[in-house]
Parts: sequence; C-alpha cells; structure tokens
Amino acid sequence: MKPRQKYSAFALVREAMRGHTGWPRAWNSPLPSKRYDVIVIGAGGHGLATAYYLGKNHQIRNVAVLEKGWLGGGNTGRNTTIIRSNYLQDASAAIYEKSRSLYEELSQQLNYNVMFSPRGVMMLAQTHHEARGYQRINNANIVQGVATEYISPEQVRELCPIISISGPRYPVLGALWQARGGTARHDAVAWGYARACSEMGMHIIEQCEVTSVRTEGGRVVGVETGKGSIECGKLAIVVAGHSGVVAERAGFRLPIESVALQALVSEPIKPCLDVVVMANTVHGYISQSDKGELVIGGGADQYNNYSQRGSFLHIEETVRALVETFPIISRLQMLRQWGGIVDMTGDRSPILSRTPVEGVYINCGWGTGGFKAIPGSGWAMAELVANDQPGALAASFGLERFREGRFIDESVAAGVAH
Amino acid sequence: MLKLTCPYCGIEADETELHGGGEAHLERAAGGAGDSELEQYLFIRSNPRGVHFERWHHIHGCGKWFHAARCTETMEVFGTYSAQTLRPPENTLSEIKRRRPNWVNA
Amino acid sequence: MSTRLPTGGVLVDRNKPVRFSFNGKKMTGLEGDTLASALLAGNVRVVGRSFKYHRHRGIVGCGPEDPNGLMTLGTGNRLTPNQQATTTRLFEGLSARSQNHWPSLEFDLGGVVDKVSSLTPAGFYYKTFIQPRRAWKHVYEPLIRQAAGLGRPPRDRDPDLYEHFHAHVDLLVIGGGISGLIAASIAGRAGLRVLLLEQFWELGGRTPVDVEMLGDEAPRDWIAERVEELNALENVHLRCRTCAVGVYDHGYVLANERVGEGTGDEGELRNRLWRIRARKIILASGAIERPLCFVNNDVPGVMLASAVRDYVTNFGVSPGDRTVVVTNNDDAYRTVNCLVRAGLDVPMVVDARPVPGPVAAEAKELGVNVVSNRAIANVEGTKGITGVSVCSQAGEGTVLERLDCEVVAVSGGWSPAVHLWSHCSGRLRWDDTRAMFRPDRTRPPLASDGEEQMVVVGSANGMLQLDKVIADAAEGTVTAVRALGGDADPGFLPEVAVQSESPASPVWLMPNGMDLRTRAKAWIDFQNDVKVSDIELAVREGFESSEHVKRYTTLGMATDQGKTSNINGLAILARSLNTPIEQTGTTTFRPPYTAVPMGAIAGKARGSLFKPTRRTPMDAWHDANGAYWEPVGDWRRPYCYLQGEESVDEAVRRECLSVRRSAGIIDASTLGKILVSGPDAGRFLDMMYTNMMSTLRPGRCRYGLMCNDNGFLMDDGVVARLSDESFLCHTTTGGADHIHGWMEEWLQTEWWDWQVHVVNITEQFAQIGIAGPHARKLLSSLGGMNLGAEDLPFMCWIDGQLAGHDVRVFRISFSGELSFEVAVRGSEGLELWRKIIEAGQNFDAGVYGTEALHILRAEVGFIMIGDETDGTVTPQDLGLTWALSRKKEDFLGKRAQERSYLTSPDRWRLVGLLRVEGNTPLAHGAYAVSSENSEFGHTRMIGRVTSSYYSPILDRPIAMALVENGPEMQGTILEFVEKDGRVRAEIVDPVFYHPSAAARN
Repeated sequence: MKPRQKYSAFALVREAMRGHTGWPRAWNSPLPSKRYDVIVIGAGGHGLATAYYLGKNHQIRNVAVLEKGWLGGGNTGRNTTIIRSNYLQDASAAIYEKSRSLYEELSQQLNYNVMFSPRGVMMLAQTHHEARGYQRINNANIVQGVATEYISPEQVRELCPIISISGPRYPVLGALWQARGGTARHDAVAWGYARACSEMGMHIIEQCEVTSVRTEGGRVVGVETGKGSIECGKLAIVVAGHSGVVAERAGFRLPIESVALQALVSEPIKPCLDVVVMANTVHGYISQSDKGELVIGGGADQYNNYSQRGSFLHIEETVRALVETFPIISRLQMLRQWGGIVDMTGDRSPILSRTPVEGVYINCGWGTGGFKAIPGSGWAMAELVANDQPGALAASFGLERFREGRFIDESVAAGVAH
Repeated sequence: MLKLTCPYCGIEADETELHGGGEAHLERAAGGAGDSELEQYLFIRSNPRGVHFERWHHIHGCGKWFHAARCTETMEVFGTYSAQTLRPPENTLSEIKRRRPNWVNA
Repeated sequence: MSTRLPTGGVLVDRNKPVRFSFNGKKMTGLEGDTLASALLAGNVRVVGRSFKYHRHRGIVGCGPEDPNGLMTLGTGNRLTPNQQATTTRLFEGLSARSQNHWPSLEFDLGGVVDKVSSLTPAGFYYKTFIQPRRAWKHVYEPLIRQAAGLGRPPRDRDPDLYEHFHAHVDLLVIGGGISGLIAASIAGRAGLRVLLLEQFWELGGRTPVDVEMLGDEAPRDWIAERVEELNALENVHLRCRTCAVGVYDHGYVLANERVGEGTGDEGELRNRLWRIRARKIILASGAIERPLCFVNNDVPGVMLASAVRDYVTNFGVSPGDRTVVVTNNDDAYRTVNCLVRAGLDVPMVVDARPVPGPVAAEAKELGVNVVSNRAIANVEGTKGITGVSVCSQAGEGTVLERLDCEVVAVSGGWSPAVHLWSHCSGRLRWDDTRAMFRPDRTRPPLASDGEEQMVVVGSANGMLQLDKVIADAAEGTVTAVRALGGDADPGFLPEVAVQSESPASPVWLMPNGMDLRTRAKAWIDFQNDVKVSDIELAVREGFESSEHVKRYTTLGMATDQGKTSNINGLAILARSLNTPIEQTGTTTFRPPYTAVPMGAIAGKARGSLFKPTRRTPMDAWHDANGAYWEPVGDWRRPYCYLQGEESVDEAVRRECLSVRRSAGIIDASTLGKILVSGPDAGRFLDMMYTNMMSTLRPGRCRYGLMCNDNGFLMDDGVVARLSDESFLCHTTTGGADHIHGWMEEWLQTEWWDWQVHVVNITEQFAQIGIAGPHARKLLSSLGGMNLGAEDLPFMCWIDGQLAGHDVRVFRISFSGELSFEVAVRGSEGLELWRKIIEAGQNFDAGVYGTEALHILRAEVGFIMIGDETDGTVTPQDLGLTWALSRKKEDFLGKRAQERSYLTSPDRWRLVGLLRVEGNTPLAHGAYAVSSENSEFGHTRMIGRVTSSYYSPILDRPIAMALVENGPEMQGTILEFVEKDGRVRAEIVDPVFYHPSAAARN
C-alpha cells in the first residue's frame, strides 16, 4: 500500500509545478478479496464512516465497503447538508451531538477539507405552539449539554436580515438557535472518509451490487455480488433508501417505507444568507452554499418511491413558503431540483440494530436527516458491529423498540422535521 | 406528479387532490393479538421496489379511499380498485402479470 | 469590432431604435433585438467574468445554451441577477449590468485567481484550507463566499405578479421549430387538442436561418402558412416565449411563460407558470451545437458557428469583421456562406476532418481558404481575439501558420436537447455515427399505463438533415396521433431536396495530441472554468463516474446546466478512462431545463393569499374589539382582547377573573363538530373513543378520548347523543379535519359494512361559550328558553330559542364554572354574539380569548391536547383511566396500550406543581432532574412541565407536569432546570382550584 500523499497547501504548490500529475487516487479500487472480517454494504457517508471507525476505534481493518453504484451517490450527495443536534429526546441529542462534535474536527481527522461551517442553525417559531415546542427542546438541550438558545424575533432579524419577521400570515415569534450547527460539503464527507478508509488498507469496491446474503445456521457467512462471492465474518447493511430491498435479500423485513424527498438550488448569488434557517410551520429550509447557491429543502412525498425523481408538489409548497418568509428570493431562480430516496421508520427515528440474522447489523431509517448524523452514526455502528453489542449511542435505536412501543419521537415538540 | 383514477367518482385525479395512505391490505391486529402481530400490523412494511399495493384518499375530491397497484420504480399504475376488499381484484392482478410476467405476489 | 450590418436582420425593425444602458453607458439597439445582439451591435464583446478565474467572457451562443452572457437587469426592487442576455428581449429603458467583478468589468481584482490558476485546479479546496481548524470558518470560507456567487440579490420585496395556468391537452408539442410545427399541424388536422410551446418569441426554429428553400417556398413563407393554418384551428394553441422546463410523471409538464419583460409598470404580470397534463408529448426541442476544445477557446469572440449566422441573419449583427470557422462537420459551412454573403471576411475554414465533404469545394468556390486535418493551436487575445494559430489536428500543436481574426466560429457537432426526455427516466444511447447521445425510443418516459408518454422527433431525435427531420417529425407524430385514436394525414409536407452531408468526425481535443500544459488552457465549461486538465485530474484521483467528475470539477453545474459543456466533458472523461463514451454515460438531467423564478413557482400565493385564514362568523367583531390574534391550525383566534393601554398579560388576567367572578364569553366556533349517524353509530364510536359511547342516552353529553392505533392520545372532546342513531362529536380546534378524516378512513377501509354516516359540520354552526357564576342569568335574560338546573342539568343539552334564534345549548364546562355552550346557525352567529355581549353588560361579563381559556382549564386540572399530550402520552399517563372502558373488547389503541413499554410503572404521569420559591411561572417545557446520571452521561431527566401559567384567581404560578412515578410522590420537591439555573417545585394534585358547588350548579 502506497502511503497516501498528505493534502496541504504545500502539496498543492509542489504538484502545481508538475501539472498536478503526481496526485494519487483518492481511494483504491481493487477487486474483492476472498474474505473480509467485516463487509459494509453501501459506500455512502454512513457506510464509509462505519468502516472508518471500525478501523480507527476498533482496529478492525480487514474490511470491504461494497457499493452498488458510485461512492457517495445516494443521499450523501443529494441532501441539503444541514448539521445540527438540537434534538429533544436524549437518545437523539446524544448521537447527533456526538456527530456534530466529530464534524468540528473532521477535516483535520481525515486530512480532507469537508468544509464544516458552523454558521448557525435557526428554527423559526411561527405559532405559539411551535414556540413552546422549541422552548421545550431548548430546556432539554440545557440538561443534555447541547448548546442551544431560544432567541427573540429581534435576534432573528439581526442574524438574518432578509427574513420577513412580521408575517403577515405567520409572524416570527422567536427561534431555536444553535450557533455551532451549520453545513458541510456533502460529497467531501464521503470522499474524505473513503480516502481515509483506503489509507487503512480497506477495500472500497464500486459497481458491486449485493444480490444475496449467505447464511449458515442463522449466521451470516458471506454475500453474493455482481463481482462474485465474498465471505465475511460480519455484515453491516448501511444503504439508506434501499434498506428494505437489501434486508429482504438477507431474509427479514423492516419497519420502513421509502419515499422521495425533494430539494432544489437557485443560481449562485453573492452572499445574502449567513445562517441556516428552518421554517417548519410553512415547511421549508434554506441556506446558502459557499458557491452562492441557495440550497432549499422541503417535504417528502407521501408515497413509496424508488425513482430518485419526484413531484413538483413539494417544490411548489416549499418555494411558496420561502418566498413568503424571504421576500427577496422571488426574483431569484430555481436552477435545479432533484429527489433522494429516504427511509422512514414508524417513529421517524433511525435504526442501528442487530437483526434476526446473527452477524448482520443494520443502520437505516435516518429519514430526511441523515447527513448530519454521518460521523456519529458511523461511530455508533462501528461499536455495535465490533462488539456485537450496542454502546450507549446506539442502544436506544434497536429494532425491538417498535414491538415494545418505545418510540423515539422527535416530532412531539413542534412537529420538527429532521 | 402522479394521476390516479378514483374508482368511485371516476375522476382521473391529480396528485394534488390525493393523499397517500401507505400499504394496503394490512390486517388490523386488535385484542388478543400477540406483540409480534401487532408490530407487523403497525410497522413492518413490504416496501417493495416494484409492484406495490397501496391506499389512497381522494381527499380534495370525492373524499373516498381507494386502492392502487403501482410500480414504485417506474410509477406505472396497474389499476385502482375499491378499498372495500381484502385482496386485489383479478383484473388488476392479470394486468400486473401481463406487464410484469415474472412478478410474484409476496 | 462587432457591429450592426448595413442590411439584413429579419427579426429587427431598423425604424425602431430602442435605448438601453449597459454598465451605466447609454446604448441603442433595435426593436426585435435580444440584449446580446444589441450589445454585439454596439461592439460590446466582453459581457462578464467567469465564476472561478474571473476571465473575460463574451457571448458564445444565441439562446439558452449561452453560458456567459449573464446580466443583472433592472434596478431597485426589480433588480434581477443572472439573466441571460441571449434570451432577454431588448426594451426601451432596459438597464443591464455585468456581474462577478470588482471594481469593474474591465479591471477586476478577481482576475488574480487566473494568474495562479495552476494552484487552483479542480477540487483544490478539498486539499487545502484544512489547518488551522478555526481558519475555515473565520478566514478562508468568508473569502471564498465573497469571491463566489454571480449577481447580487435584490434587497426588496418583488413588486411584480406571477400566476399559474392549468392546461389539459391530448398532445403537447414542445418546440416550435419545423418539427414542432409539422407535429402540431398533423395532430391539429386530426382534431386533437394540441398545445405547442416555443421558448423564443418567433416560431420556425433554425429553419429560416439554415434552410434555403422548403419545397418551392422560402422557409419563412412556409412557416407563416403553417402558423396561420394552426391559428385558425380552435383545437390548437401556439404559445411563444413559453419554455417547457420540466417533465414529471404521468404526462405532467411545467412551462414558464415570460409575459412581462420588465417593460410595464411595477405590478405587471411577469411570468405565467403553465401546469400541463398531456396524454402524449411530442418532444421537438431541437439540438444544441457543441464548442470545440482548443487552447484559449474561452476568449471573447469564440462563438458557436450557428450563433454567428443567427446574429448575422436574424439581427443584422456582425460579431466581427474577420471570422475563422473551425469545424468537424458540414453544418458550419452554412456560417461560411452566411458570412460571405453578408460581405464579411472568412480568411480560413479550419476543418479537422482529413477529408471534408463537397461543401468544402463550394466554400473554396466562394474564395474561402479551406484547410483540412487542421486544428487551432492557440487563440490570441484576452478581452477579444486578435488572431489564431493553426496546427495539424493529428499532431501535438506545432504552429503551421498564424492569421489575424476577430471571431472564431466553432462547431463540434450537434447534441440533441434531450433534457426533457431524461427528466422522467427516458433513456439515452450513444450514436457513434452521429457522435451524439440520442434518445432511445425503445426506452421512453412511461405513461401511467406503461406505454410511451413521449415521442421525440426531428433534431431532438438526432436527425440533422432537413429531409430526415421532416420525415421523422411526420412519422413520430403519426404514431402518437394514432395512439391517441386520431386519424393522421401528413399530406402537406414539403418535398425537399438536400445535398447529403458528410459525416462529422468526433473531435474532442484540438489538436488530438494536445500536451499537458495546454490542456490546462482548453476550456470545457466556460462559466465554471472547467478545463480539460481538470477532468483528467479527477480521473487520475479516481473520480471515474460521470457523477463524480461533475461533482469534483463542477462540470455542467453552472447556470446553463452544461448545455454546451456536458458532452464534451463526458467525451474527455471517456478518453481519459480509455473507455467508449457510452460506458461513461451521462449525468442525470434534472428540471428545470431553463431557470424558473421562485416567484413564478409561488404564483399568487403571497401575502394574504399565502395561506388563507379561516375565520369564524364573529371574526370581524373580534378584530374591531382589540383581538390579539394567534394562528390555531388554519384559523385565527383571539389570544386575548386588549383594552386601552393594558399589556397582553394584564388582559389575560382580567379575562380570567371575569369568568371566575362574574361571567365570560368566548367564541368557541372553531371547535370541531362532527355528526355521526346511522344504526351502527354507537358501535362505531365505541371503537373510536376509549369510553363507552353506545350507552350514552339521548340528551346527554360525555367527555371522550380518542387514541390512535399506537395507543397514544390524539384528541378529546364532548360527545352529545342527539338521538338513538345520531351523535355530535366535538373535537379540538386543530383536530376537526383530521378526526373527520380519521373516522372516514376507518369506516371506509376497515368497517365498511357498518351503517354509519359521518359529516363535518364545524362551519355550519357558530358556538358561543358563556362561563362563570352569572352565566345562567346572562343567557336567561335573552329570553326564549328555560336554562334552570332541572331544565338543563350538567352534561346535558337541549334545543330551544334564545333572543329569537334557534339554538342548541350544551351544559358543559372547561373551566369548572357554571358554563353553557350555545350553538346557532353560522349565519346567525354574529347577531347572537352581539346580543349576548350586550346582555352581558348587565352582568359584568367580558369576552375572553384562548389564553384565559387555557389558564381556566389548568386551574381545575383539565388537560389540553397538545400541551399535556404530544403524541407519546396515553390516557393512563394522564390519570384518565376512568375514561377507558373496561367492558369493551376493543377500541382503537387498546391493544397497543398493553405493550410492555406502555404499561411500565416508570412512565411519566400527570401531576400538579407549585413553585417553592419565586412568583413567576415555571418555564414551559422545563425538565426535572434527579441526582443520578443518565446512560448518556448527563443528569437524568425525570419529568417535564407541560403547562405553566400564572393563576389570577389563586394569585400564584401553577403548573402541570408529567413526572416519573409522579402521582405517588405528592409532596416531593423536584428541581427543574431552567436557562438561568434550577428552580424548585412541589408535586401536588393537578386540581388547583375548586369553584364553589353552589356557583357551579
């Protein structure tokens, strides 16, 4: 294994002198070996982070990450890149805050600029009920050690002058503000983890669909793929959007439905929005990327969908809400819209769990909010896979909770979308 | 932007006047049901990539619920039918088989 | 220099000058100009700066494919950034500014990036700005953000209007070129309802510019005849200036019509968004010419060959005196002919093919020097071309000769505009002979019935020769029309004789052996500054999928969405990977085809129409009497009524005391009212409610709870039995529509054999609540019915008349006081309200709002859905076990409530709280903590405040809470964590206040 070339300004200068011909591959692309200790299905952010922390925290490095298509091509590369941890329930706050704090140093950890930008996330309260809900989250966050505050309309205006505070339909009554929330460059997160996994000697194998899971005596022994049969000691399924399909191949069903979530961007404009704003009463959230595009997300379609395209319905609803909330965007233009397939569970919270098949673990159900969870989810999943036992971060997210009725319901406070 | 023909009012209804209601033909687990049956009923879904039997509510139309057989990948509709039935009607099943010869009803 | 020619320009009116300004400079164009043609006519060749390197950029194309001519149009609240000069119609007074430069277009400090471009290849930012950690947020990112972005956003609210238009047609024809017109004619004659959309303001597409004769007619005449004929057909509609931007499932198409161009007064209709359902779609969207990749191919003056002849023919504009034409195909020779005919100089045609077709000989006859197997080695100049050097296409770039010129007209072949084909999963295939991705007609976008939704014809289908275009358009349309049951007759088609064109040779790099250094100067994406070397770098680093390349290099992600750059980029990718281009495939095309204003998407739903407010019959009275509004669901309700200078808190206090001491009047019309009737109504409500409703006697009321099938409480309200077979179910304000839908769902999908009819009559009745010790006296003073305790006992209802109105009076209470709710026809609500208010003056009664309502209920320990419940709370948690029927085998939620987690003794349950110290209410949603830690390492939470108020009657703060083992811990002091520290409160019974029995009766 060739040692990787460290990324830095100096390396850039050195390479510039030879026409950038010396850069090695960001991640290797080998043919599959016969056997791995762990196979991770899905080279999206969550799958790659799982592999990374298996190696980094648990010294399990004989790992392959198998990807049906191209690395990072699922929801990792299709989301609106919001990172926050202002969650209500203890279990959610713990894993999202872990994740957020890992994001803080991820660029340095991975030696890859993932452009984590803690520009602040505000969730607007536009009804009294919503205001109380956010105050409740804020109170929970105080106990949980998540730094949030409930701010006044005047503070909202100061942080984001282009919001129409006074309505008319839904005046802004306040907001839940997380100063250390923000955004990151989505593709870079997948690429950075892939490069770091590759550096540890792990195999990242693209264009390699898992067609079935082989078991013996109720325990996983390997997978069949488009690139042949591969043996494994353990198998982690981390394939948001297609979890049901892969689980079916492993022989079990999930409490999940797959639906399309819509997003869009405007053309690039000079900076006008420094913070991330979520307006849940009117269903829309918006931030401005470093490139200058307004990145906008809204609701999910209500029907099962694997097509990665979607309807115009939610685009319209979201844009309508945001034009009302941010009147200056009316003359800006929608440049591109797209859909991502998200897993929705019965309580809209994720699943990090052992499964009915011994040695098979599943990580899914992040719904509309998976990007922010990538580092924390990978961390917790690696712990689960390595120890065959969830740690504190994953313990509440087991599959058995649906049978017990033990919901982790985040919508309770103010109908907050993830 | 789907359109589905409501079998009650006969309207070719636009997605904007419909509300999706999830998987059809689930059997309600009530008193006496085991935890596992209850879990099946409340949470476990077939969620296929392909033919899906699902419930729809013509909410901004005639107000009636109906069922549809639809492909979750291509959005093709194989048929819509009454919600007052325990299984898909024969003509819908044969339309599915005509267009998806290898399809097996799980 | 570029200039207006003395003659020509079929689209402009030379007698109608149009004044406009560019970067503050006054200029004049002609009616019919685009902004781009007017700028070129005025010798403006640099129109902007590129995104990354801030290089000079000139007009490249003549339509939406142009990546460079982005302008900020208008001023003040009509300022609009990033508008394409090539698609903007010139009008009197138009103000245009170039973008992305500082301090000026001519001198831009951002240009320094170009000087160090070797340090900033694709993805350089992933490799640097990593250390120190804080510098990204505070130093690097702010710099990058300032440098990025194109135009500046407007600062004010948009004064103009937008609207939506719905259309349902048999056949939608996208594109008004010759293929589209043929399609519309065939389908129109067959009697189908046809809508044809054309993005430009003239019909005919490229034909009038590119074709000499259509049959025995000039193309313009033939087109005019078709248009006249189509306009005469009532079943056919033609719309220009309307661009189909998105194709969605089941024949849904979105189109953006540009109505106002900024010419009218503020408040003009600017865009109309068309929402079309078509049974079938004919895609006749044409094709887009590709540039060629050679060194410095981004210098202003390098233009698409087709655009050069468009400017000359349509606008009478010469892009420059001397034009070198560079091509790999026959089509570019049309530009040669056009320029020569206009008297302009074509010093050389550089044809990359070893053997150009017969057209080369014809050009030579015109006196043009045609060289074959040649390529451009370099383009000289920065703000404009001064000359080019020529080399061998097969070689590595050794300069063979150099010549002066001002324009380089390039043609790298044509790419069908397949975007709309691809939006809804129509597949593409690579056509090696034509060197293009073409729609695969065997795998089209599907309709709901699984048949083809869209038929692609003409040059959009890869046909480039006129005779083939015509035949293909006819054939495709006939198929579509017949599938729609129409009778198609393509009898009117012109006979055209065309010289057969020689094949284009795919040329992706010019010269073929271009070296490493120069590949860093050969542009693919002009707006985003993606060069050949960037794609090669991406491949070197393992970004091999077309999607990876797009994301790593930003290829095709500019505002033109890669219309000119995509295919060249993919070809370079395939070349670098050493695979056939069909294996790299394309990236996915996403809507919209051209950008759509956000305002157009929002349409008329702005301001008061954004989300219409539901109002009760008494709404206007509230508004006139100091209502301080709060939105509740879609309704607005008075939170309180402000009198004089008092504060909201003072008003609420006054209203509460008025109810407790005399009487209060509230508009309760928003409460949901659902009439459930039929022989099985009782049985049905037994399933819906946790209580037994079938045993309720007519004339009586019962408070009921509804759970979802997960066992959690979802709504509550009073049910009145009106007769043996009918019940009136009251729901919460927010719950009415939901509960109505919920009942229908169960009736239609589970118990469809039960005879029950459900109707939501919320808006049919106004409802007025009168509560307080004087309530009975007040109501009785209106006259008409007896309301004594024997006439109307607690939890009963009677019909009667009050002050001449038919009413139904319920004796129910949400405040613990003597209380009545009077229901009256909605139309009489305001009148009765006024009478009750007037009568109330004799009893010291005042109106009260929702906040007083909430406080009054909390004082007597009543729960509020949404406060005490949040979707995870059961009736058992709230101590409402008395409302759970033990006799019933089944009700919704019953089985789920038996699950282990819901029966756990540790669940948080309802208690009352009183602060130990302090006189302000506990914080809403504050959490109680224990002394131990949770599994997550922080203090364990053991309860939470669900409602918290200052009680005016008790003159102290009260609160309700859900606490672990709470009811067993009466008297215990808990610590709650608030923003500013911990607060202590004692667990008490949740009933804080007991109105006197005498007053209640």
